[in-house]
Amino acid sequence: MKRLILALCMIAAPVFAVQPDEVLDDPELEARARDISTGLRCLVCRNESIDDSNAELARDLRLLVRERLVAGDTNEEAVDFIVDRYGEYVLLKPRTGGANILLWLSGPLMMGAGLVMAGLYLRRRAGMPEPQVARLSEAEEARLREILKD
Amino acid sequence: MITELGLFALILAFLVACFQATIPLIGAYKRWPGWMAVAEPAATIQFLLTAGSFAALTWAFVTSDFSLQVVASNSHTDKPMLYKITGVWGNHEGSMLLWVLIVTLFGGAVAWFGANLPPSLRARVLSIQAMVAVAFLAFILLTSNPFLRLSVPPFNGQDLNPLLQDPGLAFHPPFLYLGYVGLSMTFSFAVAALIEGRVDAAWGRWVRPYTLAAWIFLTIGIGLGSWWAYYELGWGGFWFWDPVENASFMPWLIAAALLHSAIVVEKRESLKSWTILLAIIAFGFSMVGAFITRSGVLTSVHAFATDPTRGVFLLGIMAVFMVGALTLFAARANVMQAKGAFSMVSRESMLVLNNILLAVACFVVFVGTIWPLVAEMAFDRKLSVGEPFFNAAFTPFMVGLGLILPVGAMLPWKRAALGRVWRQLLPVFILAVAIAALAWALQTGRSALGPLGLFFAAWLIGGATVDLWSRTGRGQDRLGRLSRLPRADWGKAVAHGGLGVTMAGVAAMMAWEVEDIRVLQVGEDLKIAGYGLRLEEVLREDGPNYIATRATFALTRDGREIAKMYPEKRIYPVAQMPTTEAALNNGFLRDIYVVIGDPQEGGGWAVRSYYKPLANWIWGGSILMALGGCLSLSDRRYRVAAGARKLPQGVPAE
Repeated sequence: MKRLILALCMIAAPVFAVQPDEVLDDPELEARARDISTGLRCLVCRNESIDDSNAELARDLRLLVRERLVAGDTNEEAVDFIVDRYGEYVLLKPRTGGANILLWLSGPLMMGAGLVMAGLYLRRRAGMPEPQVARLSEAEEARLREILKD
Repeated sequence: MITELGLFALILAFLVACFQATIPLIGAYKRWPGWMAVAEPAATIQFLLTAGSFAALTWAFVTSDFSLQVVASNSHTDKPMLYKITGVWGNHEGSMLLWVLIVTLFGGAVAWFGANLPPSLRARVLSIQAMVAVAFLAFILLTSNPFLRLSVPPFNGQDLNPLLQDPGLAFHPPFLYLGYVGLSMTFSFAVAALIEGRVDAAWGRWVRPYTLAAWIFLTIGIGLGSWWAYYELGWGGFWFWDPVENASFMPWLIAAALLHSAIVVEKRESLKSWTILLAIIAFGFSMVGAFITRSGVLTSVHAFATDPTRGVFLLGIMAVFMVGALTLFAARANVMQAKGAFSMVSRESMLVLNNILLAVACFVVFVGTIWPLVAEMAFDRKLSVGEPFFNAAFTPFMVGLGLILPVGAMLPWKRAALGRVWRQLLPVFILAVAIAALAWALQTGRSALGPLGLFFAAWLIGGATVDLWSRTGRGQDRLGRLSRLPRADWGKAVAHGGLGVTMAGVAAMMAWEVEDIRVLQVGEDLKIAGYGLRLEEVLREDGPNYIATRATFALTRDGREIAKMYPEKRIYPVAQMPTTEAALNNGFLRDIYVVIGDPQEGGGWAVRSYYKPLANWIWGGSILMALGGCLSLSDRRYRVAAGARKLPQGVPAE
């Protein structure tokens, strides 16, 4: 039984995200590789970047990114290379082209709309005369006195 | 037998909820006191029945009754007792039962402590709350019955996901649910006020404790979840903008907005319709959260085993409640006329700005979360929206919020002069800029994020301090007056300061983290950010239901040893899953974080180590925010309003 468990451990042994043997010798190149890989999605995981993921595929992608960088690609070229093969699903930061412009502009547009609406509302408020305070009923007066007493 | 009683109690609770959802509502409409009053005992009975049912399920987990399907697939005899109990909500069925238990608990709270509410409003609130309970009880009974038996019980269970066997995560769901479901209470109050046709300052005051409580629970729940992710997932990430995290974050943002706009309703009788709308939408986002976690339409690291019929059912519940409430909202626009007038420069306008920023920030998170779905259905594009998008699109709103906060918090109501407040805050502002400039000068060629975070910490904490001090008036005994300030003032200052602390922590972690990945032989050293780490030994150790590889590190500073660290790598044989247990050395200004990896072919071990600046500030700030909320909640003005003091009754004649 012990041996079986030990064998299981070997199979299921946890692997790191980025492993020591992947790290490039050139620290500048390595930094660029890390930068790129935090923006690429691990395709077989749920919402993890290849930089964080333990999956075998993520490791392959990390090595691929490094290969491209060593071959002299710029960051954009390396990313394009991966997107050409795996589709835009792999990008954690969606591009602004096409309908995605809606996604990127949703915040600023909504903020603008909110500010305009709030501005109009505030101007109307500011122009309003102070209204008559509604009088309290007998019972409410009594309750108010009760609350204020303590 | 106990299992069957549990199911029976749940069905009874459903029937009581149906009764409570209709009779008091009719009573309130017809002004029949008896029919209204029936809501309170009904709420109590409903709570007791649901609690009984929950206890029955807990019993099944504690005694490892594997004839129950949920127990067999989520528990194991070797699991420690703590996790047998927390396993009750570590699965879809049990967590829904917990959800409903909390719905009935909040209903019960109104019945028990709501003596000062007008009887018709109380009856209506309890009826609406019961409708929520009816919907979710029907959901449990029809699609996710936790009491299903297996015809052939297995010899042992399949164990709980090892990642969930952790104290941080064990208590994360109950807090989150208390928060989500607390927002059902504000929803019930909003709808009841609309039916009642009366939204006034008193309403603002009644609804505030529930909003505040929900927000506190959400803060704690989200903080716990993020803390767990930090030490358990093995690389010290604390927030991933995952759909499920967003699902908990959106109600938090809206609850924060609601908290502030309810103050305007309470103090100034303005922003009524907006506040009611927020109260409705906040619960809407809670249900979006439930839907996202349980329907499987969005892939996420945390999703429960998912099932389309459940998703459709939840979508149905959400549609009914939202469409119903919003229709009522549109029909009753006339009851929400604002009263107080105020000028452009006033506390009111600043709170409007606060609400816009929070609501738009929430909107951005929402759009980003559902965009992959929209893009696939409408434009046939399969894409992802991840952390880089949210960091870029969400952060500006928080920056805006942080900038205006200290000013808005100090402006007087109604009509204010900016100059006066600005003069009071100027020293703090200069100090904050100086701190940021110093940080900028000390760091070498990195992002502006770190200095910005420190600026906000100084600006918000300093601003809160100035605010408190300015409330003590002039002359002598200012310190004495400071200590006698209302708890709500203290709560406000502590919570706002907490936000600054969290902002600094997040910014520092993103800007100044240092990482080191290498192979280390036993006996070798590594250097990270001025600290040394020596791998002393690696041993095998057996836990109750796992096998661990345990390393011993000596953490040194200037050659002197300051601590031992024991990172582990565990295997859970039953679930066949590995986990990493990072070792942390906590400090006020930094954490040192070590993870042990695989043995390497050429000897030695893979080791990842991190220097995490201001890591604890993230959770420290969350704790401060929650604490501020608690201080506010305990203000005696709210306790008076919440009916802690009964009206003196006439002395009975002897």
